[in-house]
Amino acid sequence: MTTAQPGSADLELTTEPLLRTEGLTKHFQIGNTLTRRRTLHAVDDVCFTIGERQIVALAGESGSGKSTIARLLAKIYRPTSGEIFFEGKRISSLRSRHDRLRYSGLAPMVFQDPFASLNPVFRVSHGVLRGLKLHRPDLDSKQQYEEARRVFDVVGLTPSADVLDRYPHELSGGQRQRVGFAQALAMRPKLILADEPVSMLDVSIRIGLLNLMMTLRDSEDVSILFITHDLASARYIADRLIVMYAGQIAETGPIDEVMTNPKHPYTQLLLSAAPDPRAPLGVDAETDRGEPPKVINPTPGCRFRWRCPIAIDVCHSITPPLEPIADGHEAACHVAQSGAEVKAFG
Amino acid sequence: MADRAPTAGTILDVRDLSVEYLLEGGIVLAVDNVSFSLEHREFLAIVGESGCGKSTLLFAIAHLLSPPAEIVGGSVTFKGRNLIRLTDEALNAIRWKDLSVVMQSAMNALNPVKSIGAQFKDAMRAHGVTSRQEIASRSAEVLKMVGIDPVHLQSYPHQLSGGMRQRSMIAMALLFTPELVIMDEPTSALDVVAQRSLMVQIKELQEQFGFAVIFVTHDMSLVSHFSDRLMVMYAGQVAEVGSTRNLFDSPAHPYTAGLMEAFPSIRGPRQALSGIPGSPPNLTRRAEGCWFAPRCQKVFERCHAERPDLYPVDGRQVRCFLFDGTSAPPRVAGEDEGGELT
Repeated sequence: MTTAQPGSADLELTTEPLLRTEGLTKHFQIGNTLTRRRTLHAVDDVCFTIGERQIVALAGESGSGKSTIARLLAKIYRPTSGEIFFEGKRISSLRSRHDRLRYSGLAPMVFQDPFASLNPVFRVSHGVLRGLKLHRPDLDSKQQYEEARRVFDVVGLTPSADVLDRYPHELSGGQRQRVGFAQALAMRPKLILADEPVSMLDVSIRIGLLNLMMTLRDSEDVSILFITHDLASARYIADRLIVMYAGQIAETGPIDEVMTNPKHPYTQLLLSAAPDPRAPLGVDAETDRGEPPKVINPTPGCRFRWRCPIAIDVCHSITPPLEPIADGHEAACHVAQSGAEVKAFG
Repeated sequence: MADRAPTAGTILDVRDLSVEYLLEGGIVLAVDNVSFSLEHREFLAIVGESGCGKSTLLFAIAHLLSPPAEIVGGSVTFKGRNLIRLTDEALNAIRWKDLSVVMQSAMNALNPVKSIGAQFKDAMRAHGVTSRQEIASRSAEVLKMVGIDPVHLQSYPHQLSGGMRQRSMIAMALLFTPELVIMDEPTSALDVVAQRSLMVQIKELQEQFGFAVIFVTHDMSLVSHFSDRLMVMYAGQVAEVGSTRNLFDSPAHPYTAGLMEAFPSIRGPRQALSGIPGSPPNLTRRAEGCWFAPRCQKVFERCHAERPDLYPVDGRQVRCFLFDGTSAPPRVAGEDEGGELT
């Protein structure tokens, strides 16, 4: 599963997606030589693609490796093994400052905490203009300012001239997160890596940011990797869903298909845990007290087996590969792959 | 003003409570004449946006405010005594024994350089429990109650996951089986699965030990299946209060209705949502009229001129002129909302 299938190579050259990962893996060494050196498998053998003008939701619990993937894609971390292809090019081959700068402009990141990600001593124009100076030196300073105003208008920070002059503390959390998107947008990105961009915001203003991300996809032609643990907001904006568990992909596919027909017990658990006041709470609702494992020196077998109510013998010895269940819908579950109906939670 | 009169079963009665912050930019009335009462074993949820005064209200009830915040009026009667008038000594005797608080961020609320067990011991010794054996057995007992192995009494906060830290905070709040536990967004730092299991656990513990809960959150959907009553706050005031199911089924105040429509659903047809336009008011500028008027979709003339009171509407209280019985015919939002959403 780490290499493209033979025969499909020709096809892939012509329809190379915007971003593709092949066997992406990131291990961290923890402990020191005095204690015992161990390996934490944050991301293990992950393959996925992001198409153009596509919002891909990456969902999972804390510790499932979602943020590590975002950092790998942003070149903050170097993968232990595996490769990321952006527009068909290996990003590990980007060596020169020029190439790396170009890539970070094409795939900028928006961070989770809008209170920590803006420098409090500068006006918000500082961050945007700095990005423009670095990434779009072709524009003169007047054009850069015009561009800053344009992106502020796009993200709904109006009147843009006024907002550009403010300091971060004068803005609300939702407005600050919009500044984050404006900074990303100023670089003319192809792909925005949004790491839990709404989880710190009040529920009442989240929806505005979600709507903004859809606008960016539809009118600014950017793709977005939307990292979240909230499947309801993923469903609201995303085209495709990737569910991560303990560093591996548990299930992936078109979002409506995965959410109406979840095949992996973990996806079912996430769905059943989402609070939904519109639905009655089942009195016998399966309650899960488990926690995601820290994947330290893992042994073979499904990583979800300890929490899985339907685990069978093979789950304890063989790691299930990610395999197609239906059209475009893949799940890494022995039970689902055997063709049996999976009904673990909810 | 009060949503109902205190009865024999009332454990906490808050009357006309007001809290101000004295800031350079002016006086902020963060809690404005809030009244409510809480029965034994009741689960009250308080929801609202950041800055609506919900946390300030909690701190005022627990008498934990420090300058520049000040209680400028009203009373907090807990088991027959007005907490606001009590001396520090008398308060200390009540705190943790009869009334405990679970803070928002367990990472900040727990002492990072002390083990969980040592922190439990501190709380117990402060209330005169000195027997080592008693401390050890009770500490292990409460930790087991929240589903954590007692070996973690030796653990330091950084060695626990976010969910376990929040659970141990709750365990600590239950050391003396208090009658009232106040919780300030205890689940906001957790992901959905941990959040759900913590909510279920709080509810189970509440049923088992019969304490009353005041639960503050900004996420209305979270409490929908857990709280008995729901109080929606806006700009320091009660916007609407009533039974949780009732409010969810037919939100009356336009703000409650807006909050209900602010989160996407996991099931059913996908529909475009708009949330609530605008942002919460600046509480230093005391504009005329209803605080919510600038963001309200059902605003009419009177809303800009007068301040609405709380009006009774089918078993709840609503601060909106639509329900004062004189203005436009009262409509409960659920009835006509369907048409607007298509």
